[in-house]
Amino acid sequence: MPHPHTPDPDAWAPVAAGGLLDRRLFLRQSLGAGLAWAGFEAMAGEEPPPWMRTPGAPFSNYGQPSPSEQATIRWISANPGAPGNGISWTPLHRLEGMVTPNGLHFERHHNGVPRIDPDQHRLLIHGLVKNPLSFGVDDLLRYPLVSRLCFVECGGNSNAGWHAEPIQTPVGYFHGLASCSEWTGVPLATLLDEAGLLPEARWLIAEGADAAALDISLPVEKALDDALVALYQNGERLRPENGYPIRIILPGWEAVLNVKWLRRLQAAKEPAMARNETAQYTEPQPSGIARQFSFVMEAKSFITHPSPGHRLRGPGLYQISGLAWSGRGKIKRVEVSADGGKSWAEAALQEPVLPQCFTRFRLPWRWSGQPLVLKSRAVDETGYVQPERAVLVDERGRNGYFHYNAIVAWAVAADGSLSHVYA
Amino acid sequence: MSTPKRLAAALVSASLWVDPAQAAPEGPELGRPATPQEIAAQDINVFPDGSGLPPGQGTVAAGKALYASRCAGCHGPQGVGGSAEELAGGSPPNSPHPDRTLGAYWPYATTVFDYVRRAMPIDAPRSLDDNQVYAVTAYLLHLNGLLGAQATLDAKTLAAIKMPNRDGFQRVWPEHP
Repeated sequence: MPHPHTPDPDAWAPVAAGGLLDRRLFLRQSLGAGLAWAGFEAMAGEEPPPWMRTPGAPFSNYGQPSPSEQATIRWISANPGAPGNGISWTPLHRLEGMVTPNGLHFERHHNGVPRIDPDQHRLLIHGLVKNPLSFGVDDLLRYPLVSRLCFVECGGNSNAGWHAEPIQTPVGYFHGLASCSEWTGVPLATLLDEAGLLPEARWLIAEGADAAALDISLPVEKALDDALVALYQNGERLRPENGYPIRIILPGWEAVLNVKWLRRLQAAKEPAMARNETAQYTEPQPSGIARQFSFVMEAKSFITHPSPGHRLRGPGLYQISGLAWSGRGKIKRVEVSADGGKSWAEAALQEPVLPQCFTRFRLPWRWSGQPLVLKSRAVDETGYVQPERAVLVDERGRNGYFHYNAIVAWAVAADGSLSHVYA
Repeated sequence: MSTPKRLAAALVSASLWVDPAQAAPEGPELGRPATPQEIAAQDINVFPDGSGLPPGQGTVAAGKALYASRCAGCHGPQGVGGSAEELAGGSPPNSPHPDRTLGAYWPYATTVFDYVRRAMPIDAPRSLDDNQVYAVTAYLLHLNGLLGAQATLDAKTLAAIKMPNRDGFQRVWPEHP
């Protein structure tokens, strides 16, 4: 039996071109020695360090990130003439695991974040129901609550992928209109059951209590299936920018339907054809016909580490890490290529792998120092395979704006820098 | 090996653990009945068939004046060229660079009224009364060549307008649920 710190030479044989290694390698104790040099090469400075010579800071009422992590922030893109109208991205290139910290959850606001007094806020359910009802926030907090982990993704996420030239920006500021949280709230089905939906009710027109009174129509089937009226996010009450005091969560469906600051649901026979389901969140195709009600966010993936903005410090062992998800269910498999898609190696999926949820994938990789192209490709439990960009563009054209989920490619240069390429 | 009694107990216990979506917890029924007055005060939804449109009317001329003072700053004097979205003209959906203007893209005129009433102007939403919303809607439709300069708009005439791109949409859901 080999010494635990002596790597087994056979284990280091690549499983695909470009130095991709067996996904189970990191599970073996023998790899520990191989990684050690990467993390601890820069031991310098005085000993003991200054923070061991003086008492630390006292308690705080609400914790904040380390001052050294000030670059881990949402990047904001707002309309200068209406600063409450815009977006902010989750910095996925600086995060790990599957849960997004609440303060870094992406935002899309149409006219600012309302400051809502929860004691005055109510949810009205009316229209094609037997009993129109009004719920206070305190009422909702008394219902049996349920939790689920799921992603929320803007329909416009990754839309720079439609551009003729690849955008050069950190991956979070390209794909970061997606975040993942544990949401806790009341099943919408419970409230609709109490209101007594009439058989002819097929749609719910949802409205937020923001200055845009954002409204959109959602099918009753989805509302009765797995919709939540969420009150908590990652254990704490929703933050104002994520819909405080209540919002809708529709697992796997585009974020605009997850109405924040929810105040009203009208049950109706037909959709309202509101601005957000006609002029926006629809996708013109080359035929001139636009896709409408394209609710499901299809499977996608990308490598977050390494990614553009990172720099490899030289040849040697690295861990490739990334995110995958599907609006249709669980991620079944993620494959990684280090030769631009000619050969693929299966990545390890970090447990738990949950439906409609961020799934973290990882793969060991030994970089030779030569230029190459990294890609990842997600497959979900329905068998759907994330498409190459050329396939998606052939199918949809380049004017759809929404629902971009093509395979992403990072070129690694000999100097260790990374760039986004169409390859 | 299960006795019949044990089996029955197991079946009862299994029935308590069926899919949560099918066995939604019985709610405590804490909603209070909503009155028609309270619903009417909040319900501003407008549907393509015109249901939900309020009484009132507005002219293109009145809308032009309102647009100049409340809308042109962001959307440009003729619905084009401002910092906000372009509202008039534009290339159709099957062109190389399609636009999402009202005339080129929006399938229903009722949506214009609904959106202006609920969300515009962006610095003071809900500040226009229903007659003013009809007037602004009339002017926007006029800028897109869909209403004459002398036209007056009300619930009936608005719901009767057929927008150029009415048939330009294909529903992905429920065909692909």
